[in-house]
Amino acid sequence: MPGSTQSPDIDISVDLCGFHLPNPTVLASGILGLSHGVLARVARSGAGAVTTKSCSLRPRSGYANPTILDWGPGLINAVGLSNPGVEVMVEEIQAAKERLSPLGIPVIASIFADTIYEFGTITRFIAEAEPDILEANVSCPNLDDRYQQMFAADPYVSAQVTRRVKEQTDIPLLVKLSPNVTNIAEVAEAVAEAGADGITAINSLGPGLILNIETRRPVLAHGTGGVSGPSIRPIAVRCVHDICSAVDIPVVATGGVTTGRDVVEMLLVGATAVSIGSAVRYRGIEVFRKVCAELKDYMARYGHQDLASLRGKAVLST
Amino acid sequence: MSLPEVVRIVEVWDETRTIRTFVFDAQVPEAEPGQFVMLWLPEIDEKPFAVAQPDPLMVTVARVGPFSAALHALEVGDRVGWRGPYGVGYRLHEDRSALLVAGGYGVGPLYFLAKRAVERGIPVSVAIGARRALDLLYLERFAELGVDLVVATDDGSAGERGYVTELVAQALVAGAPLAVYACGPELMQVALHRLCREHGVPAQFSLERYMKCGFGICGQCALDDLLVCQDGPVLTGEQLEGVRDFGRWHRSATGRALPIY
Ligand SMILES: Cc1cc2nc3c(=O)[nH]c(=O)nc-3n(C[C@H](O)[C@H](O)[C@H](O)COP(=O)(O)OP(=O)(O)OC[C@H]3O[C@@H](n4cnc5c(N)ncnc54)[C@H](O)[C@@H]3O)c2cc1C
Ligand SMILES: Cc1cc2nc3c(=O)[nH]c(=O)nc-3n(C[C@H](O)[C@H](O)[C@H](O)COP(=O)(O)O)c2cc1C
Ligand code: FES
Repeated sequence: MPGSTQSPDIDISVDLCGFHLPNPTVLASGILGLSHGVLARVARSGAGAVTTKSCSLRPRSGYANPTILDWGPGLINAVGLSNPGVEVMVEEIQAAKERLSPLGIPVIASIFADTIYEFGTITRFIAEAEPDILEANVSCPNLDDRYQQMFAADPYVSAQVTRRVKEQTDIPLLVKLSPNVTNIAEVAEAVAEAGADGITAINSLGPGLILNIETRRPVLAHGTGGVSGPSIRPIAVRCVHDICSAVDIPVVATGGVTTGRDVVEMLLVGATAVSIGSAVRYRGIEVFRKVCAELKDYMARYGHQDLASLRGKAVLST
Repeated sequence: MSLPEVVRIVEVWDETRTIRTFVFDAQVPEAEPGQFVMLWLPEIDEKPFAVAQPDPLMVTVARVGPFSAALHALEVGDRVGWRGPYGVGYRLHEDRSALLVAGGYGVGPLYFLAKRAVERGIPVSVAIGARRALDLLYLERFAELGVDLVVATDDGSAGERGYVTELVAQALVAGAPLAVYACGPELMQVALHRLCREHGVPAQFSLERYMKCGFGICGQCALDDLLVCQDGPVLTGEQLEGVRDFGRWHRSATGRALPIY
């Protein structure tokens, strides 16, 4: 390890929803999380927890390719929430748990649905796989027939989804929020009030648009797509700050986290853990181990023995 | 960065009744044999194809469905997007002669490899399998390289009658230090994998799985815990040892596992 000053007493473990994670890095939903073999590899590469790709009741093929492109400072994606459906994901989650539970790495199952009611149905199905934690993706751009906008755009609707899921199961629930709202703290308060055990924030930003100037058409087959990676980090940090100032439940900070310094930043604004998605593109699957080593280096330099002593210690002059 | 670049087709010709080769106004000098590019037809789709020549970029495409049919309908001057190259290609053993084993459009990347091996002074022989004589392609191109060439067809209409793996089995018995490099139908490569293991011959295989990103993010191309787009598409015999998906399962666009026939 380059210039490592790490002492063995530095503890980077965290408690999340009743689970003890060996470190605060979580694989973000939609990145590599389709199959148990790859999830197990991510765990072996140092992730403290893994999240599966968001799944729906029925299989979805998603949009035509290109669905995911790297534009330099980040990714842009419009995958169209492709997934093999809950039946297949139940098997994958069970197989993933068999491999990850002995390592002490929790499996977080991400779900989404087209209606509030259907969130209840898919919860019952996915609960059969006994995932350690559930994550409700209310920030996908799908429309509820009655609300004509993503669930996370509305605090009241997000709270209803939260209640619906909690009514079906005792599995701890993270609700994943979108940055594309005027007041994310208000949404966070509503889902916390409705019983969410934690919040994951943020989902991808936008949508954004990238054109190919030769053809004068969008590069993504779908046209627009969610923006992620280093380019959105400042917005993610601000969102996590706003949420942590408003609620007491744990926050899994997501959005552009690429290095140990980014983890420190998220902890300083109050995050409990971080999830890592796009950085897998920039630093490989080994990103989890690399980020943890960098985090420990920072802690050693500033004399921190554990993450609690860093959490929420940002100094803001406002 | 990996945004597609739009270029023109500068040459196109038929290889067989269902396979065509395209040359683009694009240079990919850094491409290694076995690596692939994503070809983009705006408004249609974007799919992976092996590099058959890096500069100018050449690919050989079989017509098997909507995307490849749309590509086959294009002519010189038409525009296509590309990005890449991606993945890990073949790694030549300098101290062993090379036996290249191809089926179908697998001749494309192996032609690129043969050229590279000849440049490095590595002795090359090529074994090509096909159903019938009229499904054979690239024979003249290989002949021009001056490499040994053997052919097997199912019906005996060209070369030996039978499977190309039978020709390989004979070559492996001969005993000179060899390394095998394969590209073609997966079940052919499964048979070769077994054969090479039995003879203790190092081997590399180029595999295909459904691809979306092409750079290790989506997980669509998983083969057990391997990502074909990034750990592959060329995987060594050792990497494939005990891999349960090899020869058995691939994934659809949804991610659902489907059996391989
Ligand atoms: C690394 C790699 C290199 C390849 N190199 C070549 C090549 O040099 N020449 C060639 O003709 N073909 C090559 N292929 C296969 C080629 O990508 C498919 O034939 C093509 O995508 C088929 O699309 P389609 O719409 O014509 O047919 P479809 O009807 O959509 O599919 C036909 C077959 O192609 C597979 N396929 C479809 N979409 C994809 C996708 N996005 N990724 C991978 N497989 C897919 C399907 O699983 C099915 O088996 C390669 C594939 C991979 C993964
Ligand atoms: C290709 C891709 C697919 C994604 N799919 C999902 C998904 O299925 N469910 C979800 O909740 N978030 C999904 N996301 C969002 C990520 O989980 C994450 O919130 C976002 O990318 C920001 O984090 P990052 O900058 O570390 O990537 C996806 C992101 C990408 C890049
Ligand atoms: S094609 Fe996306 S990870 Fe391989």
